[in-house]
Amino acid sequence: MITMKSVGQGIPKMDALAIATGKPVYTQDLVMPNTLVVKVLHSPYAFAEIKAIDTRKAKKLSGVECILTYEDVPKVRFTVAGQSYPEPSPYDRLILDKVVRYVGDAVAIIAAVDEKTALRAMKLIKVDYEIFEPVLDFETAMGHASIVHREQDLYTNFDIGMEQAKNIIATHKVEVGNIEAELKKCTVIVEETYYTQAQAQGMMETYRSFNYLDHMGRLVVISSTQIPFHVRRTLARALQIPESKIRVIKPRIGGGFGGKQTLAVEFFTAIVTWKTGKPAQLVYDRTETFSCTSSRHAMRLKVRLGADQAGVIKVVDIEGLSDGGAYGEHSSTTFGAAGEKALILYNKTTAARFFGHAVYTNKMPGGALRGYGATQATFALESTLNKLAEKLHMDPTKIRLKNIINEGENYFTKPDVILGSSTLDRCIIKGKELIGWNEKYPRKDLESGKVRGLGMAVTVQGSGIAYIDTAAAEIHLNSEGSYTLMIGSTDMGTGSDTILAQFAAEVLETTVDKFIVYAADTDVSPYDPGSYASSTTYVTGMAVVRAAQDLKAKIIAKGAKLLEVLPEQIEFDGTVMKTLNSEKTLTLKKLAESILVGPGHEQLVGTGSYGSPVSPPPFIAGFAEVEVDKGTGKVDVVHYVAVVDCGTVVNPKLAKIQVEGGIVQGIGMALYEDVRYGPKGKLQTNSFMQYKIPCRKDIGSIDVVFEPSYEPTGPFGAKSIGEVVINTPPAAIAHAIYNAVGVTVTKLPITPEKIFMAMKH
Amino acid sequence: MQIDVIMNQKQLSLSVAADEFLADTLRRYGFLSIRKGCNTTCCGLCTVWIDDKPTLSCSVLSARLQGKRITTIEGVEQEATEFAKILASEGAEQCGFCSPGFIMTVLAMKRELVHPTEAEIIHYLTGNLCRCTGYLGQMRAVRTYLRGMHP
Repeated sequence: MITMKSVGQGIPKMDALAIATGKPVYTQDLVMPNTLVVKVLHSPYAFAEIKAIDTRKAKKLSGVECILTYEDVPKVRFTVAGQSYPEPSPYDRLILDKVVRYVGDAVAIIAAVDEKTALRAMKLIKVDYEIFEPVLDFETAMGHASIVHREQDLYTNFDIGMEQAKNIIATHKVEVGNIEAELKKCTVIVEETYYTQAQAQGMMETYRSFNYLDHMGRLVVISSTQIPFHVRRTLARALQIPESKIRVIKPRIGGGFGGKQTLAVEFFTAIVTWKTGKPAQLVYDRTETFSCTSSRHAMRLKVRLGADQAGVIKVVDIEGLSDGGAYGEHSSTTFGAAGEKALILYNKTTAARFFGHAVYTNKMPGGALRGYGATQATFALESTLNKLAEKLHMDPTKIRLKNIINEGENYFTKPDVILGSSTLDRCIIKGKELIGWNEKYPRKDLESGKVRGLGMAVTVQGSGIAYIDTAAAEIHLNSEGSYTLMIGSTDMGTGSDTILAQFAAEVLETTVDKFIVYAADTDVSPYDPGSYASSTTYVTGMAVVRAAQDLKAKIIAKGAKLLEVLPEQIEFDGTVMKTLNSEKTLTLKKLAESILVGPGHEQLVGTGSYGSPVSPPPFIAGFAEVEVDKGTGKVDVVHYVAVVDCGTVVNPKLAKIQVEGGIVQGIGMALYEDVRYGPKGKLQTNSFMQYKIPCRKDIGSIDVVFEPSYEPTGPFGAKSIGEVVINTPPAAIAHAIYNAVGVTVTKLPITPEKIFMAMKH
Repeated sequence: MQIDVIMNQKQLSLSVAADEFLADTLRRYGFLSIRKGCNTTCCGLCTVWIDDKPTLSCSVLSARLQGKRITTIEGVEQEATEFAKILASEGAEQCGFCSPGFIMTVLAMKRELVHPTEAEIIHYLTGNLCRCTGYLGQMRAVRTYLRGMHP
């Protein structure tokens, strides 16, 4: 093992002190004086057509700059999903449409000199709606009398199995082997249907965007986004202006969790500035963030598992249905990801299948949220596996050890893909030991009358999107011998800027403090698809490694030239270049100074790009110990153990926080977080009063341990960590509750009522 | 209307609307560490001190603060940075958006509670939500800070 100086060090984030002590670094802090305040009038109805809209009174109000309705926007449909072009999401949106498809859909854009005026103007807008019967239950959406998208100009870039007239956004099917024939050979078959709820991202900084025209008349967009380059491309289409007229700058981001992989507000401010020539800003408040953006896709997943007597899983069959909401962004891909991740994990099978649909309903659209389908699939698959273990009288840890994919083995559904790295077996063994499985499983009655139960689940995610997303990086050598690392990815609190600098520092044999990291500005940053799909450490990371190697070679070549020797005759330790016999030396500082003066010199810049043919999965084994009150059904997670294989742990401190944060988000999803709608489709959970995210009192102890593997295709052996960490809690906690009180709750969240009612019956 | 306050240890005259909340006044006057994360006084992001007591600035009318002492994180920079360094050494600031409000509550707690228990610390800080860290790293930082230890 090579000892590394930067990779593997738990150094603090480079921007830590600025963001922690409240320096003005976020989007809203950068707004210039005399910026128009933009507000959006949202639809009160789940499904309606605007028959008439009267803005005359509102426009007359002093201080109102512009009011836009569906008549004032380009008639070209687009998707707000931030994905690489051509996006697999349907082009089913307009900036403002004549038809509104959920409570909260945009009806009009109001821009005024201040917030009060904008709100007063909003009240003066009169809208006549023709109300339609909404599609609110996703299980009845297919073939419903109401068709959510009737328009003729809806467009998909390629065939995703859309059937517009049946409210089907996408159809997905992966099948290997003959399911029914193989099931007949199984001695044990278990089947169960699960429901995973919509979950809100709940990042602390709500959606916001601010923009102005620069001295060249170009539109400068400053936005809290995970996807600056996709924002530029999508805005160009939505506004029907050339991409070259748009510059997107991403400042510090107050959390994203996938929410900011969708353009929630950018086009509202952009169109105001484009039409008025004036700076404009929009800050969604918490209510709008909850009700007019996106949430996790709710899904129904029916799982069948077949196994032989020895507990070898022969068949995995999952039929799914996903609630896409009013627009189809991320629908086909989250659904596909659910299938892909579920079918990776157990590869001793003889048949496996994942199939089903994503459907339109008249609710807020589904979008990206940490875990992106894998979270939903993990709950269903792992819960069924726990049921199978019970039926076979097998220990749940042992049945997994027998069936999981191991390093060097191929995927069952993609036989040409070999798993390059995994320590999942060790993760299971370690977690079992740390939670005290052998002593405590399955339950312990406490003197208080409460019961403690243990449960577990394992999971995978990917690292970037294979064959699609490609990132680039650039490193400049500065005159004092420091470096500027230019990237287009987004650090939304994960610490990715620091981690990428750690890679560069490792290659260039220096320290992170020698780096300025600049991200991201579409005018100057190299292209990056953005930070999603757990790609930054892995995909952008490899681009950074390549850029650093390129620059290092250039430094050595230039140094050799100045020392009048061949590059092979030089050793570079990050600070000084020496000839092998140590006769001649040249410091990096001296080199850096000299190359910027005089004829024949050049600035040294290293560049690198990377797109991966594989998406190596990180793994986690999650173990929950819960305490259930038999009198009320209330559950406390007293202890959670997560053992993680994310390849090389690049920064143990930042990785640990990622895991802890993800586990807590998963606990919220398991037990109480629930995006709920009223009978007419109005969101009921539109504030932190109704939508409960975990607070400090909801957390028991969480142990996080790493079992590093070495991913051969990753930067210094690293894989991703951002998303995988949210996947295990729902299944592990459901299992622990079952072991404690013998009830199975298959519909998330597992609230005290559901447990109590199940115990009663 | 005009109110006179002691803003971060200095006399300051603020011009405020009758229905304006302190969080908005402060941002308008350039105290940009103030952030708002909810509409319902339950996230703790906008926490400042009024007469040294941690208070949600999103729900206090500025007009009521005549003669009061208002302290934001800009006014206790050295102390805040000292704790922020400990927080950062745990990696527990993450996106940082909730950090100023959280830090103001931690510093107030250190002044108010004598040898607090774990449960008392958690109780004191419960009003400060965080979606990134899962709270455990923040707690490690708080414990280190209260022990007077530095990274």
